[in-house]
Amino acid sequence: MECVFGMVGEGFAVVAADTSAVHSILVHKSNEDKIMVLDSHKLIAASGEPGDRVQFTEYIQKNVALYQFRNGIPLTTAAAANFTRGELATALRKNPYSVNILLAGYDKETGPSLYYIDYIATLHKVDKGAFGYGSYFSLSTMDRHYHSRMSVEEAIDLVDKCIIEIRSRLVVAPPNFVIKIVDKDGAREYAWRETVKDADVAAA
Amino acid sequence: MSIFEYNGSALIAMVGKNCFAIASDRRLGVQLQTIATDFQRIYKIHDRLFLGLSGLATDAQTLYQRLVFRHKLYQLREERDMKPETFASLVSAVLYEKRFGPYFCQPVIAGLGEEDKPFICTMDSIGAKELAKDFVVAGTASESLYGACEAMFKPDMEAEELFETISQALLSSVDRDCLSGWGGHVYVITPTEVKERILKGRMD
Repeated sequence: MECVFGMVGEGFAVVAADTSAVHSILVHKSNEDKIMVLDSHKLIAASGEPGDRVQFTEYIQKNVALYQFRNGIPLTTAAAANFTRGELATALRKNPYSVNILLAGYDKETGPSLYYIDYIATLHKVDKGAFGYGSYFSLSTMDRHYHSRMSVEEAIDLVDKCIIEIRSRLVVAPPNFVIKIVDKDGAREYAWRETVKDADVAAA
Repeated sequence: MSIFEYNGSALIAMVGKNCFAIASDRRLGVQLQTIATDFQRIYKIHDRLFLGLSGLATDAQTLYQRLVFRHKLYQLREERDMKPETFASLVSAVLYEKRFGPYFCQPVIAGLGEEDKPFICTMDSIGAKELAKDFVVAGTASESLYGACEAMFKPDMEAEELFETISQALLSSVDRDCLSGWGGHVYVITPTEVKERILKGRMD
């Protein structure tokens, strides 16, 4: 039921993910951030087994940081994607991670890029990608409306169209989504799309 | 659905007069869903040797990386490129190493050997080599491909006619297979040049 999708626009890449942490029929929380900021100009939107998702993405994040400490320069998006795929592929026949990843990044030389990495370590550079049941709706919506070099407004509009589609057509649709964007100014949270707010924790 | 049919693929290699052609489809799918329509299945090992990998995409990527690594080491040691026959034996050995936990790939190897004599072969996922003098096929559409190639092939075709024949055989076969298609990628290799062409077929 986890919905993750993203696309590449003119000078930026945007990813959106639902924010429900679900265990069987119970929703633990509806503000779980599934898009990790890998480094200044990279985002990892991950879906799958919750434990694996957090463990694996944190492992990748720390290794990407280690590379920067050791070598003084950050990894390119392609290099980070290939490293991620390598880790998934090595673990595949030992103790596989059940995590699907959309890796979005911006490099000064090559511009924005989006990498589709599924849980069995298939890597492919794409213009638009999606995982989960939501992909049946978001991919078709993006196929209809996407064109290359969209502006931020057009892309966010398309993201919102996908979210509306998922909300109206998926039987157990997640109520809230987070949208994050990466461009030359870095990776940052863009917006939340909430229909259900968690109750505030009462003061002790 | 079998693990070999998870991503969908179609590959052909054909022999001509002092030339050969190798062609693949472009679809990357996850069972019934299409993820990308520009997936690369044919890799260049060196100017006169091409490798096509059908089957599970993640294993095709891993296998390609391992084989390129082995070939680069060979180049450093021997100070020359590998002969196609030698490379085929290498692929067979690498696959058999994993006899009881195999890579789910079927490779197609095509190259120009001594005196510009074309060489093609395919093997199963555990490295059983199958040499042929005319054509070899692999992938989810392999049964259709066998039929189409058998009907359209003639010995000693020149490069242009070979291109036409292999393209028609590929497109007509993938049109009967829902898991492969979305265009074609054809390489025609003669002793003097490598011509790469993209085919537009039924995009469905």
